Amino acid sequence: MKKTTFSTLALFLGPGLAVLLIFFFLPVMAAFILSFTDFNIYSLGNPDYLRFVGFDNYMKLFSDDMFWTALKNTFYFVIAGGPLSIAASLGAAILLNSKLIRFKGIFRLTYFLPVVTTLVAVAIVWRYIYHPRYGLLNYFLGFCGIDPLDWLGDPHLAMPAIIIMAVWKNFGYNMIIFIAGLQNIPEELYEAASLEGASAWQKFRNITLPMLAPTTIFITIITMIGYFQLFAEPYVMTQGGPLNSTLSIVLYMYQEGFRWWNIGYSTAIAFSLFIIILIGTVIQFRVQKALEK
Amino acid sequence: MKSKLIFLLLSAAIFWSCGNHTADKTTITFWAIGAEGEQVSKLIPEFERQNPGIKVRVQQIPWTAAHEKLITAFASETLPDVFQVGNTWVPEFEALGTVEPLDDYLMKSGVIRDTSFFEGILSTNEIDGKIYGIPWYVDTRVLFYRTDVIEKAGYSSPPKTWNELYDLSKKIKAQNPENYAFFLPTNEWLPFILFGIQNGSALLKNNDSYGDFSGKPFREAFEYLAKYYYDGLAPKDMQAVMNIYQAFTEAYFSMLITGPWNVTEMKNRLPAQMQNKWMTAPLPSPDSVYPGYSLAGGSSIVINKNSGKKNLAWKFIEFLSSHEIQYRFYNQVSALPSVKSVWDEPALKNDKYMQAFYVQLNRTKATPKIPEWEQIVFAKIQQYAEFVAAKKLTVEEALKELDSDTDKILEKRRWILEKEGKL
Repeated sequence: MKKTTFSTLALFLGPGLAVLLIFFFLPVMAAFILSFTDFNIYSLGNPDYLRFVGFDNYMKLFSDDMFWTALKNTFYFVIAGGPLSIAASLGAAILLNSKLIRFKGIFRLTYFLPVVTTLVAVAIVWRYIYHPRYGLLNYFLGFCGIDPLDWLGDPHLAMPAIIIMAVWKNFGYNMIIFIAGLQNIPEELYEAASLEGASAWQKFRNITLPMLAPTTIFITIITMIGYFQLFAEPYVMTQGGPLNSTLSIVLYMYQEGFRWWNIGYSTAIAFSLFIIILIGTVIQFRVQKALEK
Repeated sequence: MKSKLIFLLLSAAIFWSCGNHTADKTTITFWAIGAEGEQVSKLIPEFERQNPGIKVRVQQIPWTAAHEKLITAFASETLPDVFQVGNTWVPEFEALGTVEPLDDYLMKSGVIRDTSFFEGILSTNEIDGKIYGIPWYVDTRVLFYRTDVIEKAGYSSPPKTWNELYDLSKKIKAQNPENYAFFLPTNEWLPFILFGIQNGSALLKNNDSYGDFSGKPFREAFEYLAKYYYDGLAPKDMQAVMNIYQAFTEAYFSMLITGPWNVTEMKNRLPAQMQNKWMTAPLPSPDSVYPGYSLAGGSSIVINKNSGKKNLAWKFIEFLSSHEIQYRFYNQVSALPSVKSVWDEPALKNDKYMQAFYVQLNRTKATPKIPEWEQIVFAKIQQYAEFVAAKKLTVEEALKELDSDTDKILEKRRWILEKEGKL
């Protein structure tokens, strides 16, 4: 075996690294620098109108009510929606993996369909489902004697409504990964447990869950990162309203950056979100490591 | 995903070298927006016939992407020779220093002069005494109302003053307490600004560097509108009226303030038995001078300062502003003509819905002409209107916060004005 030379390394890694450098690291660096300036529409026209403001943008975030509202809403969405979505995926995966179920292919396809449907189209349909006067959901709730609810118009219900839709839209994806994980669990374990008289719940608790741990770690982290970046659902359905109850951090960043061209401020929001996600991921790794021991 | 977009954009800004497509010297590029942008290509052969040797290449962009696309094109120096902008964007492009002042062209022109256009509309294109855009088509808001409903409430003609509007609304509500009278969407800034302007508010003060929303004229207007929510005369919940045509048909509300495109939409979407039950009227006024002011909206055409074909671009603007072409364009897409003389044509004069627009267009006012204006109205006015409608804040509290938010947004403008000695 020949020793790898620098030139072969450069040949194979070079193109990929160059693309990463040009299209990822440099822009990230540029954005990082911009977050210490007050770059906006004036600066775009005349570079003299650019001020380095140090940590001002970040300090401003602390006193910005909109940012705190967005942060609170995003955490609400992640903490309520994340576990709900994972539980739904796991439940669906276990049902679909059961030997009692027939036509598995059809069910899998059906549950996976929302994932591959365009979010904007889905969101528009859901706006009709949630409609306070003609909505399908209120129609069904009417059978149970529940008065019509104003899903997207009531500040207390808007976020739950978005969560329900997001869970419905996304659980199929994680479900497929869970099914793959479930199929990797050796059948003998269940057979042995059955012989020793274990109940279904005991089997789930002591075989399925531990054997799925690596899959679950992966899914939790991916889901958390994805859910922190909540954007399209409120963008299409509520534009952040009512009373800012569905304003997410990314939506706020988008508004500041691309609608109002306060690029400096909006990059500061972006980096704050980056730090939050980073901390969230580290905590999850720690917790899961502790659980494994 | 959005963060990736930022990265892409920034990298584009860094690595873009001037990609000036050097087409031949007689082809001008024109960017046009929306449905009008689509239809304008049908006029091009006529222009090329009248001006042998000049060619026009039209690129159409959708409204939703237009603003972003123009700014990005500015950053990468790929703006076309001549392009359409919403007339409230003119200040922004002027601040970017990318649009050509057109006063000299207008002075020398044999086709148009400043008096060809509606005064209020033209003034939206004027910054510090210079004209940067030529109105292409215009847009203003008027009152749409249900003739049958207001008749039942005892009004033979539409309301002419604020007092009448409020009184009529109360009577409509009394007839059918399940429904509302006036549609005053909390997720739209327009009515709030409109009523403020009608009441004489300048909206901003000190060379447009501080908010003036707590000032008396604006406060009175805001309090007046808040009454519609508090007295149940206007629906507070926007999700309940996703389809305004249906709501209008059901008399869920019987009056709304909206623009010319809804004349076509109402004709197409309201059921046949509704068609003789609605009408348009100029806006009521806070005092006895009827009608009250409306907003000066529409689209203008501007010339890129860095274009090498400004004279050809001007020729094209003159073509689009000529009486015949303006009239033809009206028939093509119902875009309201910016040139006043076109309104004498029978198709406009005999249209019963259009008369209100003509009257109203002669009484319009521009909103403050600064780049930050759109942010102030879209991000802030809307927000506080919602808070007031939901009774989370009193009008006074809301306007105080609105002023303080506005002052924060204008901080940079004050810095620049100070630097230039204009404050």
